[in-house]
Amino acid sequence: MTSTPPPSAGPPSAEPTSAPAPRRTPLTSVHERLGASLTDFAGWLMPLRYGSETAEHTAVRTAAGIFDLSHMGELAVSGPDAAAALDYALTGAPAALQPGRARYTMICAADGGVLDDLIVYRLGDAEFLVVANAANTAVVTEALTERLAGRDAVVRDRTDRYALIAVQGPRAAGILAPLASVDLAGLKYYAIDPAQLAGRPVLLARTGYTGEDGFEIFAAPEDAADLWAAISAAGAEHGLVPAGLAARDTLRLEAGMPLYGHELSRDVTPFDAGLGRVVRFDKPGDFVGRAALARVAAAAPERRLVGLVSESRRVPRHGYDVLWDGTPCGTVTSGAPSPTLGVPIAMAYVRPEAADAAQSAATAEAVSQAGAAASGPGAAELAVDVRGRAEPARLVNLPFYRRA
Amino acid sequence: MSVPDELFYTPEHEWVAISGTTASVGITDHAQRALGDVVFVSAPTAGTRVTSGEPCGEVESTKSVSDLYSPVDGEVTEVNPEIEDDPGLVNSDPYGAGWLFKVQLDDASGEMPPGLLSPAEYTALTKDDA
Repeated sequence: MTSTPPPSAGPPSAEPTSAPAPRRTPLTSVHERLGASLTDFAGWLMPLRYGSETAEHTAVRTAAGIFDLSHMGELAVSGPDAAAALDYALTGAPAALQPGRARYTMICAADGGVLDDLIVYRLGDAEFLVVANAANTAVVTEALTERLAGRDAVVRDRTDRYALIAVQGPRAAGILAPLASVDLAGLKYYAIDPAQLAGRPVLLARTGYTGEDGFEIFAAPEDAADLWAAISAAGAEHGLVPAGLAARDTLRLEAGMPLYGHELSRDVTPFDAGLGRVVRFDKPGDFVGRAALARVAAAAPERRLVGLVSESRRVPRHGYDVLWDGTPCGTVTSGAPSPTLGVPIAMAYVRPEAADAAQSAATAEAVSQAGAAASGPGAAELAVDVRGRAEPARLVNLPFYRRA
Repeated sequence: MSVPDELFYTPEHEWVAISGTTASVGITDHAQRALGDVVFVSAPTAGTRVTSGEPCGEVESTKSVSDLYSPVDGEVTEVNPEIEDDPGLVNSDPYGAGWLFKVQLDDASGEMPPGLLSPAEYTALTKDDA
């Protein structure tokens, strides 16, 4: 058995060891004691799974999971001009955020290409926390530093000063409530508040990347292990389990959330990814990428991000060709067996005309099935070239999963 | 990691049990751990001719897909019927209920098929790996 190298964090072993040793988080020793499979992810030694990643995924959908996300980059942006400077630097409108609120946004290059997707938390009038992907922390820090130059605002990489723990799932609030100094019912989706959790000072945010209700907890590194233990103890009776990056990836894929390096890259714009809503043309003033993004928004799209459900058990994976009547019309960006749906699912960029044809074929089939007639031959069909064999796939609306 | 003494192994992380002129084949504990949850196995069907070292199927797990190689020359006589509905058997019992297929060996001499590793050799290989 020889493994095809997986696109991101994956098995098996044996990376060439010329790269520097991956960084450890404040919780790596905890993961080692739990027997996790650890993997080098964006230069960090991170838990891929603790046992069965499918069981971890299911626990998050039905109960709760606890994740170490300390590899994520935390950038503190502060100063009297911080709000206006971030409005200029990012596609969103952080200046319009109330303190204590957060927003999903992106940072683009002048040509509109995505440098990273971010969550911006407004901690105070002149204080923001920007959370970047681990692999992009340096790029984002550099871009922000450049874009803030000459303004009364500074950016500092504070990744080392925070451990980040996520608790996600329908029972997350019930698990954290007895530990929290604040009423969690008052903490809205995409809000953040300073709080005490198990007696430790934290920033408690109601955000996540799983498609479930949940919390992200920014804590001092020296408190991380105690917090993990306290949450795990409180969660045991609720079915809380530690969950690794493998489960996180299938959870976000089912929820239709993009992952940088897959759906998002320097070569795509937010509009390509169906996330044009993060570009706030209505905010005051110029911002980096405005002119290019305005052109993209006005032009006919070159590609569309779609959801595919495989009709085979062979899994469409990152980089595989999408076929339309046998001819390549796009590329799979992420694919995995979906634990919730029980079949392989994928996101892919395809040419708009192929997506339209597949969409109308699907509609026609639904109509003809309603009328008890067989769908005629000749309908444009999508397939994925799975290692040399075309496996039929159905186009579906994203997300694949939406919580009840 | 478990490496049973009574089996032979391949560098591709498969195991072989020889009984008379029949070889049973599966993937090792090391392999199933590295792959994560197995969700689908495409094994060669009964009657298929297989050749040592040649791909004859694939193993899909959450994060990756791997080729399955035949460790021996012969004809497939049986495929584990349980794996279709419950591929997780490959994870839960890789050397038992998770076996994948059986091959009638071309070489009926009773000689050990060439190229297989002893348990000690395989253990050493996986140590190098890790």
